[in-house]
Amino acid sequence: MPAPIRLRELIRTIRTARTQAEEREMIQKECAAIRSSFREEDNTYRCRNVAKLLYMHMLGYPAHFGQLECLKLIASQKFTDKRIGYLGAMLLLDERQDVHLLMTNCIKNDLNHSTQYVQGLALCTLGCMGSSEMCRDLAGEVEKLLKTSNSYLRKKAALCAVHVIRKVPELMEMFLPATKNLLNEKNHGVLHTSVVLLTEMCERSPDMLAHFRKVKNLSSSQLVPQLVRILKNLIMSGYSPEHDVSGISDPFLQVRILRLLRILGRNDDDSSEAMNDILAQVATNTETSKNVGNAILYETVLTIMDIKSESGLRVLAINILGRFLLNNDKNIRYVALTSLLKTVQTDHNAVQRHRSTIVDCLKDLDVSIKRRAMELSFALVNGNNVRGMMKELLYFLDSCEPEFKADCASGIFLAAEKYAPSKRWHIDTIMRVLTTAGSYVRDDAVPNLIQLITNSVEMHAYTVQRLYKAILGDYSQQPLVQVASWCIGEYGDLLVSGQCEEEEPIQVTEDEVLDILESVLISNMSASVTRGYALTAIMKLSTRFTCTVNRIKKVVSIYGSSIDVELQQRAVEYNALFKKYDHMRPALLERMPVMEKVTTNGPTEIVQTNGETEPAVLETKPPPPGLQPATQANDLLDLLGGSDITPVIPTAPTSKPPSAGGELLDLLGDLNLTGSPVSAPAPQIAQPPFLLDGLSPQPLFNDIAAGIPSITAYNKNGLKIDFTFERSNTNPSITVITIQASNSTELDMTDFVFQAAVPKTFQLQLLSPSSSVIPAFNSGTITQVIKVLNPQKQQLRMRIKLTYNHKGSAMQDLAEVNNFPPQSWQ
Amino acid sequence: IQFMLLFSRQGKLRLQKWYTTLPDKEKKKIIREIVQIVLSRNQKTSSFVDWKDLKLVYKRYASLYFCCAIEDQDNELLTLEIVHRYVELLDRYFGNVCELDIIFNFEKAYFILDEFIIGGEVQETSKRSAVKAIEDSDMLQETVEEYMNKPAF
Repeated sequence: MPAPIRLRELIRTIRTARTQAEEREMIQKECAAIRSSFREEDNTYRCRNVAKLLYMHMLGYPAHFGQLECLKLIASQKFTDKRIGYLGAMLLLDERQDVHLLMTNCIKNDLNHSTQYVQGLALCTLGCMGSSEMCRDLAGEVEKLLKTSNSYLRKKAALCAVHVIRKVPELMEMFLPATKNLLNEKNHGVLHTSVVLLTEMCERSPDMLAHFRKVKNLSSSQLVPQLVRILKNLIMSGYSPEHDVSGISDPFLQVRILRLLRILGRNDDDSSEAMNDILAQVATNTETSKNVGNAILYETVLTIMDIKSESGLRVLAINILGRFLLNNDKNIRYVALTSLLKTVQTDHNAVQRHRSTIVDCLKDLDVSIKRRAMELSFALVNGNNVRGMMKELLYFLDSCEPEFKADCASGIFLAAEKYAPSKRWHIDTIMRVLTTAGSYVRDDAVPNLIQLITNSVEMHAYTVQRLYKAILGDYSQQPLVQVASWCIGEYGDLLVSGQCEEEEPIQVTEDEVLDILESVLISNMSASVTRGYALTAIMKLSTRFTCTVNRIKKVVSIYGSSIDVELQQRAVEYNALFKKYDHMRPALLERMPVMEKVTTNGPTEIVQTNGETEPAVLETKPPPPGLQPATQANDLLDLLGGSDITPVIPTAPTSKPPSAGGELLDLLGDLNLTGSPVSAPAPQIAQPPFLLDGLSPQPLFNDIAAGIPSITAYNKNGLKIDFTFERSNTNPSITVITIQASNSTELDMTDFVFQAAVPKTFQLQLLSPSSSVIPAFNSGTITQVIKVLNPQKQQLRMRIKLTYNHKGSAMQDLAEVNNFPPQSWQ
Repeated sequence: IQFMLLFSRQGKLRLQKWYTTLPDKEKKKIIREIVQIVLSRNQKTSSFVDWKDLKLVYKRYASLYFCCAIEDQDNELLTLEIVHRYVELLDRYFGNVCELDIIFNFEKAYFILDEFIIGGEVQETSKRSAVKAIEDSDMLQETVEEYMNKPAF
């Protein structure tokens, strides 16, 4: 049999193939030859054949029949064979293969080979793809090699150890002794891999981390100072051609040291202090003209922001990021935006200074940069810059890619709600969003907007006029049409009477209004929910319009036989209103009172809703029944608000005065709850909205002087906890309890944590305490606010748990509080 | 580094190094996906792409794309330096390396990579040392004719 063709020859031949079929044919022919050669157990050419096989494997062809051959190559004495054998093993014999473990013995032998390059091959293979069993078997060998004086092997052993730890974390302990001496090396390779090993150990185990923070190595110096020294040498030392990259000495090592310092300094004051100087030095002295310098600066910034650094250093870091933002290199801008996003919560003011640069990034061509710039922009909006920012963001909304529009729209709504300088501006902004990106607006935005509009009483005429004009031209954007229909239904009378003050009133007749609403009803583009809105709006107009009542009656009766069950049901009920219950119609269809002001989820939620795009046409999704009791309240809601819960023809609700009493308000409170549901993919927390009120200044609460007596909830071992109460003006189900904890012993109580639990029918919200230390001798107190929601007005009971440190030992106690005064919950 | 891919502008794979264990099918799928993503990026975009829970860092050298997948906590800018260093090592070994060198000497490309990176982490930061180790290893090889440094094409 002729000698198998050489590797290069094969490659050249295959490359001449002009079609995929031709190539496949060549490969098959060669594979057959290789297979028969393997069968003949030909030692001389095995190496060549496997090499060819690996080439074919890279082209995408199956090569599993070469697995055993790789093993034979590894076992061979020839270095050439071993080299190819190990390469083949790394490519073909990953841990999922059955024969993977057969390598173990060979590797073990080779780890002890006399030639360091063979040892190196074994270490490399083990370190790249050794399975857990293999790692367990060979960890001892690796550990031995970690202590060798041969730096070529030592560095490989260190990375091998990293792999072992990743695969079998329990083995971490066994490498600990060997680490004592690792950083005393001069060899950069060993230094680098040792730092990687230490990083891996510290990241994985808090115990290890604590150990390394404190322990002294063989030359009696601690880890952090030692790392600082090494880093300093790198920066200060002269030109070293071996490790130089564009004038910087061994940037790879510098970055890894910075990363390890970050882990050591995190949440640890002492370590952080020890590294302040070197960080400042690196931050100011590193050349920024090339990417390599910026890579180091980037890592430095990350470290500064993550440890307990002093504020001067933090400002320095943020300024570096600011400079990055101005850099022409896109990569650097990208990296800057990512980092700023991480720090904007904690160092808000510093980031604000770079706001205009960030806003400019909105116009960048790179999608990832745009997204980050958008998220950052939302995080930076505040009362002072809201007008300017909104202008930019609205412009962005206009021109950005569809995948951004939903997030952007939500963000704008949230920011507008929090910081709107005037009602008119707010309404204008909402209008702008609805008309620009109307189909991308999220479902939950519609009820929120409606509530917002009802709140701005003086703007009703203006709002309805603008909405009317908006849908006249185009009624395909569902959220816009829904909001518009609702408003027209409510304020149609203002529309036709031309009462608008804010801008030139338009002349609209009742018929024209009905025309547009009917078009919405008929249009194919309208979703079922939208039609529901339109129909209800038409119905409401029956009490607000004077000339067109008959027309309305006709429309309503037509839809009594609509295929859409939802519409049909509504139409039938409305019909009934016209016929049997006509006397109730005015009362039922009265103007909605102002709804309770409710804050929705905070702006940070935007960051989490990345990448989540709602389809353009909104699905009909009934809001979750949630906290709504299935009472008569539902029925009234149905006719007025448009929720989709099973409607029932109402029995006589007593005619209520227009300034609704408590009951109606409660119903509308419920409406708000359905108005802020969780849309399925969004990781938002659907907390009952009114509990969030406390996060903003509290206009809704009585003062304490309303006279609810305070109680002592707990008094034991020198710790006394008093409760004082407040009740909400507008929502009688909320009680706000302020606890005060005081300490009459002669030693402070530290790490004080107060926890509370209430029975199932209640809901509880604990705000942050004023501190965690109760000073001794009653010289100070900790205060904390608890809000309790008690919709069923049951007797308030609470179980509390207290944990704290006192006189050197950890204390813990549980207690029940049963002595709440009746005024606090009735 | 989780994996590194080298591919041409036509999408042909020239080198694949995986530092995590995945089924073959999965690897092929990933390669197809990533090649498509990277080849469709234009000049004006950055070198970084968010992909699943990893970050892709890529750079084009002549007709070859070098693409690394790194984890969230890894430094993207440094990864660019790592890629550049690998290219420098190839250049030093082959002398003015070009794509053909890597095609015809793919096993050498792997050997050099394995002297530079183990288990996804850099093992040697000195250019000289890494290349010297390869050259010394070459000397140990028994059949010299098979593995000359720069064979004629």
